[in-house]
Formats: sequence, structure tokens, C-alpha cells
Amino acid sequence: MRTKEAAAGLLRYRFLLANLILKDLRLKYRRSVLGVLWSVLNPLLMMLVMTAVFSRIFRVAVENYPVFYLTGSTLFAFLGEATTGAMGSVTGSASLLRKVRVPKSVFPLEKVLFASVNYLFSLVAVVVMFVVLGQPFHWTFALFWLPALFTGAFALGVGLALASLSVFFRDIVHLYSVLLVAWQFATPVLYPYEALPESIQALMIWNPMYHYVQVARMVLMHGIVPSAKEMAVCAGMALAALALGAAVFRAKRDRFVLYV
Amino acid sequence: MERDALIDLRGVEMHFNMSRERLDSLKEYALRLAKGRLLYEDFTALAGIDLAVRRGDVLGVVGLNGSGKSTLLKIVSGILRPTRGTVRVEGTVAPLIELGAGFDLELTARENIFLNGAVLGHSKREMRARFEEIVEFSGMRGFLDVPMKNYSTGMVARIAFSVATCVRPDILLVDEILSVGDHQFVKKCEERIAGMMAEGTTVFLVSHDLAEVRRLCTRAIWLERGRIRAEGPADAVCAAYEAGG
Repeated sequence: MRTKEAAAGLLRYRFLLANLILKDLRLKYRRSVLGVLWSVLNPLLMMLVMTAVFSRIFRVAVENYPVFYLTGSTLFAFLGEATTGAMGSVTGSASLLRKVRVPKSVFPLEKVLFASVNYLFSLVAVVVMFVVLGQPFHWTFALFWLPALFTGAFALGVGLALASLSVFFRDIVHLYSVLLVAWQFATPVLYPYEALPESIQALMIWNPMYHYVQVARMVLMHGIVPSAKEMAVCAGMALAALALGAAVFRAKRDRFVLYV
Repeated sequence: MERDALIDLRGVEMHFNMSRERLDSLKEYALRLAKGRLLYEDFTALAGIDLAVRRGDVLGVVGLNGSGKSTLLKIVSGILRPTRGTVRVEGTVAPLIELGAGFDLELTARENIFLNGAVLGHSKREMRARFEEIVEFSGMRGFLDVPMKNYSTGMVARIAFSVATCVRPDILLVDEILSVGDHQFVKKCEERIAGMMAEGTTVFLVSHDLAEVRRLCTRAIWLERGRIRAEGPADAVCAAYEAGG
């Protein structure tokens, strides 16, 4: 019942969501000559750096390292941007929260959607690299939205929880930025899963981002449709995070306005 | 509960936990918790508020600074949830509480009009349809594509008032916003509010300008330290407030 109400509320505020996303886009690229092109260029330049470091210097044995790196890193960057954005979204909207009544979940949701838009731009970078390096396109590339959807839902759950907690403890913000770096290293983004010692490989199944990155590489690079079991695991983890995040958010949201 | 009341408050209380020092960090919080010294000072902003406002009422709220007027308005608008008591509000509410909520001063007035309309819960279609009227009323046509950080307070208020009142609400909440505009615009605003009242909009008006309260309001309440000290016809309440405040 309350979920239904919340959904109806958000539907009514979809114009606000669209406007906030547009505002974020405008402000992000204001006064930059290349503008939105940076969303494509940035992952490409980062890829050059990482390829130089990990493929040439550390000699990580992966075929077609640039594509390998790019398919994983763009998805992880999506998670990072979505959760970090959502985390600061409530405290960042203090002036609004104190003045008008809006469904508070609009703010974290908007940041996740904004990050999804940026992810779509970064997929353009992936396509560019596929073409440049002669990587074949499989029909499964059209399933790109699948890992994005999992990651987005998961990030929203994490983001809702982080947004609530950071209202009361600003420390979370500092802590999380470190945690995110550790998380990226704990996920096979820069190196292949097989490079991990077996004891750590066994732990990987508990890392949702491991699953999402794997699925992304399956559909984008390898032309493999993930198994039903793999998809169930992915969806289960995303829904669990979403349920938990929403519960935390709901429990705390009436007090936000007193603390922001 | 009064049957035809649009706004019905029963036994509303609002407390704020004012921690003596702000605990912004986890470490501080843990330290205090360990020492058993999480000190909060309970501040009662409102207590025992029973209030029914009927359709078409124009209610003035008077009282000294810190008497709870703005808190009351924020509770009616749904920004704050009361610590105790029930709040029932029927119909659409246009809060003119702090004008320009959701304005991003980096953006132009044109962009802000749409953004602010969205914040107030209007749809894209509604905003498209009313854009011209908003611009016309604000009288800021010449400055539409200027970033609003270059606007004066009065200019911002003009845009904000025009957006906030572009759709006729059932309930209009006004918190001392008419003090920043020039006399010409204030007159225009008052006319618009009067027009809305004539069409049956319920108005909550917080003001320190007793002449304004007398002129616009049918009823009034006088808040003192979070409680209703007097309630009744606007003239009588204003007179009592002047005598005893």
C-alpha cells in the first residue's frame, strides 16, 4: 500500500525528476568546450592510462585488455557515481527540503538516473573502441541494459541507505569514498577473475558488482546470454539491496528536515 | 473534527531536539554515547494546537518572532511532521513560505520557472501552458535568459510568486513574502490573492503587518510561545495582540 502510494507520488513528480536531471547535466558541462562529449572521452582516456599501466607494465594477461577494462570499468563507474551522488542528494537538497513538500526519494532516485544517463554516454565509448579495435559485435550487445538495470537498482538501494545515514553522520561521505576504491579493487575490473587466488575466488560470489561486471562482459564482449541462475542471483541481490535501502530511508525520512 | 474544514489540526505538538553542540561526526557521537552524555535540549515549538480552517477562510497568524508561526505553516504544508497530534489537509496547497524554493541561481529565469513549477508538483504540460502568463505577471520578460544569480531579491521574489500562484490552489500559505517586492508588485500580489480568495481559496497568512492582516483576513490567531493565545475575527485578535503583545 505504501509502496503504491510512493510510486504514485513519484509518477506525479516525474517532471521534477526530468528537470533535476537536466539541471545536473547543464551544470556538469557548463563552460566546457567539449561539453557532453567528455562523458565519452573520459572513459576512453582513462582506458589509455589503465591499459598502459596494467597491460604493459604489470602485464596482466588478458586478451584485448582495453575492451576488457572498458566494459567493466564503465559499469563500476556507474555504480560509483550513482551511489556517491545519491549519498549527498538529501543533504545537498537541504534548501528544498526545508521549504517545500516533495517526496524525498526523488533526490537519490534522480542521482541514480543521472548516473544512468552518463553510463549510456560511456557506452558510446565502448562502441567506439569496439570499432577501433575490430572487436566483433554480438547480438547480445543489445542486452546492454540488463547489467545496467541490475547495477542501477542495486545502486539505488545502496544510495538510499547512504543518503539516510549521511544526514546524521557526515563521516559516511569520507568513509565511503575510500570504501569505493577498495570495492573496485575487490572486483575483477582491472584484472581477470582467474588471476585471483582460489580462496578469494570463492568469496567473489558475495560481491554483487562481481556478478554485474561478469554479466556486462558476457553480453557486451563474449556474446553469451547469462544463465537463468546467474540472472536470478543478480536480480536477487539488487532487490535485497533495494528493499534494505528503502526500509532505512523510510524509517529516517521524516527526520531529515530536522538535520539537514 | 469539523466536517467542512479544509485544514484540521488536532492536539498538534512539535518538538525539536536541539543538541547543545552539533554532533556531526561519528566519532563524537560514539564518544558521547559511551560516556552516556548524549545531551539534547528539548524545545517545544508548538503545543496543544487545535485549529480548523474552513473553505474560503482567510486566516491571519500573528505573534512575536519565535512564537511558532512558521513552524505551524510548515506543518500545514507537510514539510514538517508533528511530533504528536493529527494533521488533515484536503486539497492542493501552494506554499509561499520561502519563495524560490528549488531555484538554482546558476540557471536562467526561464529554466528556473520550469524547475520551480516541477518542484511544486506541476506537470510539463501545465507549465508550458502557463509559461506566458507567469512571465507576463512577473514583469521580468526582459531578464528571462539572465542567470538568476544576477537578480536582486525583489526580482527573484517576482518570479517566485508568479510561479507559485500560477495554478489556483485550494489552500495558499503565505509567510511574510510580500515584504521584498516594490509597492507596485505587492499591490499586484495582493490583488491576485484577493482574486483567489474571491474564488474560494483558503489562505493562511503569516504577517507582522497588522494593517495587512486586518485588510485581508476574515479570522486570525495569535500565537505566543507555541500556543494559541487568542482566536477570532481578525480585528479583535489584532487589537488584543497590539494591546497585550
